[in-house]
Amino acid sequence: MRPVKYNIHPKEAKLADSLIVSEMPDGYTGEGFFATKLSDVVGLARKNSIWPMPFATSCCGIEFMATMASHYDLARFGSERVGFSPRQCDLLMVMGTIAKKMGPVLRQVYIQMAEPRWVMAVGACASTGGIFDTYSVLQGIDQIIPVDVYVPGCAPRPEAILDGVMRIQDIVQNESIRRRNTDHYKALLNSYGIE
Amino acid sequence: MSDILHHNIKLPKGAIEKETTTLNLGPTHPATHGVMQNIIELDGERIVSAEQTIGYIHRAFEKLAERRPLFQITTLTDRLNYCSAPLNNMGWHLTCEKLLGIQTPKRVDYLRVIIMELSRITDHLICNSIVGVDSGAFTGFLYVMQYRELVYEIYEEICGARLTTNMGRIGGFERNFNDTAWKKLDKFLVEFPKAWKEFGNLFLRNRIFMDRLIGTGAISAERALNYGFTGPNLRAAGVDYDVRVHTPYSSYQDFNFTIPVGTTGDNYDRFLVRDQEVWQSISIIQQAYQKVQEFKGAEAEVYHADAPEYYLPEKELVYTRMESLIWHFKIVMGETEIPKGEVYNSIEGANGELGFYLISDGGRTPYRLHFRRPCFIYYQAYSELTKGGMLSDAIMTMSSLNLIAGELDA
Amino acid sequence: MMALNNEIVKQKLVEKFGEQLTNWEEPYNFLTFVAPKDLNLKVLQFLYDDETLKFRFLTDLCAVHYPDRKGEEVAVVYHLHNLENNIRVRFKVYTDAEKTEVYTATALYEAANWMERETYDFFGVNFIGHPNLKRILNVDEMDYFPLRKQYPLEDQTRVDKDDEMFGRGGSIL
Repeated sequence: MRPVKYNIHPKEAKLADSLIVSEMPDGYTGEGFFATKLSDVVGLARKNSIWPMPFATSCCGIEFMATMASHYDLARFGSERVGFSPRQCDLLMVMGTIAKKMGPVLRQVYIQMAEPRWVMAVGACASTGGIFDTYSVLQGIDQIIPVDVYVPGCAPRPEAILDGVMRIQDIVQNESIRRRNTDHYKALLNSYGIE
Repeated sequence: MSDILHHNIKLPKGAIEKETTTLNLGPTHPATHGVMQNIIELDGERIVSAEQTIGYIHRAFEKLAERRPLFQITTLTDRLNYCSAPLNNMGWHLTCEKLLGIQTPKRVDYLRVIIMELSRITDHLICNSIVGVDSGAFTGFLYVMQYRELVYEIYEEICGARLTTNMGRIGGFERNFNDTAWKKLDKFLVEFPKAWKEFGNLFLRNRIFMDRLIGTGAISAERALNYGFTGPNLRAAGVDYDVRVHTPYSSYQDFNFTIPVGTTGDNYDRFLVRDQEVWQSISIIQQAYQKVQEFKGAEAEVYHADAPEYYLPEKELVYTRMESLIWHFKIVMGETEIPKGEVYNSIEGANGELGFYLISDGGRTPYRLHFRRPCFIYYQAYSELTKGGMLSDAIMTMSSLNLIAGELDA
Repeated sequence: MMALNNEIVKQKLVEKFGEQLTNWEEPYNFLTFVAPKDLNLKVLQFLYDDETLKFRFLTDLCAVHYPDRKGEEVAVVYHLHNLENNIRVRFKVYTDAEKTEVYTATALYEAANWMERETYDFFGVNFIGHPNLKRILNVDEMDYFPLRKQYPLEDQTRVDKDDEMFGRGGSIL
């Protein structure tokens, strides 16, 4: 017997009922083997180990703090490792107003990230400029970098940010591993002036 | 090496020849919470000089405010200091009430005091826990953030939003606090002090923490005043200036509380002052709670001033009664009389004296609105605070000053 | 010690500067007056040095643009505070929008440094003697002063806003 009894319920808990480890990709399975596409395996691995880079400039950054902290706990999605170096990160989370003065900095950060990289625009300001339709504010970050997921709200609730992360996970999981080499993708980047 | 290069550093004789390094800290550096840029000249790890660049999140609040009727400006004030948005909201409403000559009932004042002190707590809670994070103690942050959620839940009951609250109206609140809000406030008042006590135990007499903070980023009272410091940062230097006491607004004169002051104005004193202010805020909330409970009969239901020209009528009445509909239309379309005038009103924001300088020419929107943003004013002292210190101390100084980029850049 | 009030402050100032200070007002019990722009430093210095007045805290410094007042379009507004007696005073100096020249208060107050830079950034007020008068919030390349009344809130030449999504007519393409 162990000196400390962790599970105070008399019934043995069934792990399978309470926890979904991950959806198994389609494939052929038999005794001792499982065959599937490489793309699916890579997608599965990438999806559950996204390293976000928070580019928090204003109000939404405070909601991200709440998302990251104990109550909402972003770590549940495999994203507890919040990196502040763009070189190491996969997901650029732009949270808050981007002023015209900040635009070049954001673009530089995006260029510094290694492929594959995803971008999430959190909040109204990052998505469209929000209520700040003024001379100094960039009207949405998709003017300068491509965006994968937009999270609405001013500021979005932590649940909304988590939902955004889950939508990013969907994109990451289903992305073909060749996508970043296609002409289509290169044309997309070129349209933003990024080589 | 020639001496010209070293004109600002005195090297001992025979020392290894050194050159200074230029380090660009920001605007997206992980240690700068918010978007400020510091170009720091370093000699080894010591700071020779620092120059700040700001404006990376300039959103033109003042120009925007010239296009908006008074009640729409509340949403702008939310986004000034977003760590304590309701405080800014209340400050703006008090300014408008001063211009319009609205007297608020006592119960409204007390409800406002509860909200203002709650948001002061959330602001200080973030600042102090971030000082912890920057000195390498992540635990405190994760622990107290849980209790900020309790405050946000109270906000949600009152106004429906968490962060950018747009709380209250000119003349009071848009609705009375419901039972759930009071219950949640009860819960907060029981649970939070325990947690804050533990948070204090973790840091206040922690040798490592004290060694990191004591003596770093210090400023004398005289310099602090010259730099226009207000709020906790000024009080840490030993000046007991607090707008709540000097120019009481929203019936702060009815409450018993003390102003904690420091002596040296260093990072540790700033931390202590904020820590003590949280205790004072808890006490103020308890007093206000009691005072609100003492109202009986019709008075206990009052949640806004009787000012039909400026206070939006209840939504239900707007849909059912002609007169309410007319008032609603008039207020929203800016048909009500706004007096000409020039008002400066300030409140004790979480960071210091938050001032609103409002010039009205009788039109629908302000002719000019200027925000006195405490962050903007005291960030200019940053280079003086960090000069001669270590780079790692400069990071602590930045977090203990509690710089909020939204407020800084307007 | 006798409590300081608006009357005494006004009396003191009139004794010193006489007829030069004009437009005495007390909106919402806040003593306000107008000084000639060449006198701004002298007034600030007097308010700072005088043993009874002791206005030694610069609360705020900003500007207001009045396009209709020809020759004195831009008003620079100082808010000062005597923390000992808790009394405030506000004074304004008017200057020409074409040739805005006002002496800087940075020698007296460190706090004035950025406030003046902000005022320069927004209104183009040239503070003579300022150690580092350049734009603070906007980009250096900006070629106008955005808070002057003739400039619109939005940048009219902008192309970064998709009109179709904001209900402002069809796309230009």
